[in-house]
Amino acid sequence: MKVNLRIWRQADADQRGELCSYEVGGVSEDMSFLEVLDTLNASLVARGDDPVAFDHDCREGICGACGMMINGVAHGPRRATTACQLHMREFRDGATITVEPWRAKAFPVVKDLVVDRSAFDTIIQAGGYVTAPTGSAPDANAVPVPKHDADDAFTAAACIGCGACVAACPNGSATLFTAAKVAHLAKLPQGQPERYSRVVDMVAEHDAQGFGGCTNTGECTAVCPKGIGFDVIGVLNRDLLTATLKRQAR
Amino acid sequence: MSIVDRWHATRAGALWHSSIGKKAVMAITGAALLLYVVVHMLSNLKFFLGPESLDGYGHWLRSIAAGALGYEGFVWMVRVGLLACVILHGVAAVQLARRARRARPDRYRTRTRVADGYAVRTMRWGGVILALFIVYHILDLTTGTLNPHGVHGEIHANVRADFDRWYVVLAYTVSVVALGFHIRHGLWSALQSLGAAGREQRTLRRIALGGAVFVCAGFLSIPFAVITGLS
Ligand code: FES
Repeated sequence: MKVNLRIWRQADADQRGELCSYEVGGVSEDMSFLEVLDTLNASLVARGDDPVAFDHDCREGICGACGMMINGVAHGPRRATTACQLHMREFRDGATITVEPWRAKAFPVVKDLVVDRSAFDTIIQAGGYVTAPTGSAPDANAVPVPKHDADDAFTAAACIGCGACVAACPNGSATLFTAAKVAHLAKLPQGQPERYSRVVDMVAEHDAQGFGGCTNTGECTAVCPKGIGFDVIGVLNRDLLTATLKRQAR
Repeated sequence: MSIVDRWHATRAGALWHSSIGKKAVMAITGAALLLYVVVHMLSNLKFFLGPESLDGYGHWLRSIAAGALGYEGFVWMVRVGLLACVILHGVAAVQLARRARRARPDRYRTRTRVADGYAVRTMRWGGVILALFIVYHILDLTTGTLNPHGVHGEIHANVRADFDRWYVVLAYTVSVVALGFHIRHGLWSALQSLGAAGREQRTLRRIALGGAVFVCAGFLSIPFAVITGLS
């Protein structure tokens, strides 16, 4: 099959970008979306042109490196799927596909489809960890965790930090990311001692990084490649409000 | 410690400073306004019981605790409380909208919304419509300035004079439907903002939809009864 790609090209953060059209032939429906970009890049390089820059690493949907807006949807049309796991059978032969980088103040474009997601690292540094030395992996069941708490924590911990939630949010909010990290630790015994200082610090950092506020549109969970649910935002809100009330009581 | 730091150190200041805290403020003020709206809608239904019932109710409201607060004292307390809620709700909404604008200075060239519905997308402008409607509504039925009958205390006659005119019915209907959409997303969203929404999201969404339909139907029953000659 053959596809027409309209790809955002931008030399660096300071230059103005634009959408450029490319025709890519010889596409198999079993190819991943990133492999189509590889094919395009091979021909661009052969012509002596600048290849399209995009982030990728594992290409098996677990690292969170890849990510781009495909036809206006973060990671493309298939639900709960990263761009690297998106296959061309999702598109019609001859389709025109628009590809843009994540757009957010806190995610400046580095080049083409690559954005700088350091703001996520900064939010994690603000409190997304436990300070107790944990050593090597403990024996299973050494610390008893109720089954449903373990399940909730595991679901939240599935966040790969790709940034799709920010990209999809009409407010440019990183609430789902922050909430997943907060909920993950809030559900486990190891996370309890720093539970309330963590949530305050992480939300403050989220706001300081210039992300927007959540208006509960649900766009984030709809595009999350790991299917992280909206309930984690409920946990985040509850813990932040509890923490704010506790602070005064301290 | 500067005044700003000191304000942030208070519970209220910390709440107001954070994007999540502002949503909590919107949720609580929104809930207070919704409670008022429901009581307002239910008491409106006295219209169907005739002029004595509705006008008498208006008089009764003004004489609540008249001994302690004076005639209309209670009504004025409620008005001040409502005004405070509207201001807090509106200021938080504007600040969050501006924050959202700043968070994405460069728009997408192609954008497909996959989850949210009409109610979500019209929250901000719907809120503006509601604010304008409230101003009109006060000038119409509270002060009587814009009312075709406009006699203080003759509530039933004022309402009937309003809804004999199709354009008033139209304006009123548009505003009530805007209110319905606002409640549909707002009620659910408030529960989520306060951390109340857990796994029972589907139920909560249904409650929000049911509440919106209930309020709309109650408010719209009067103009439609008048304009169709049923009452
Ligand atoms: S490249 Fe690792 S998740 Fe797509």
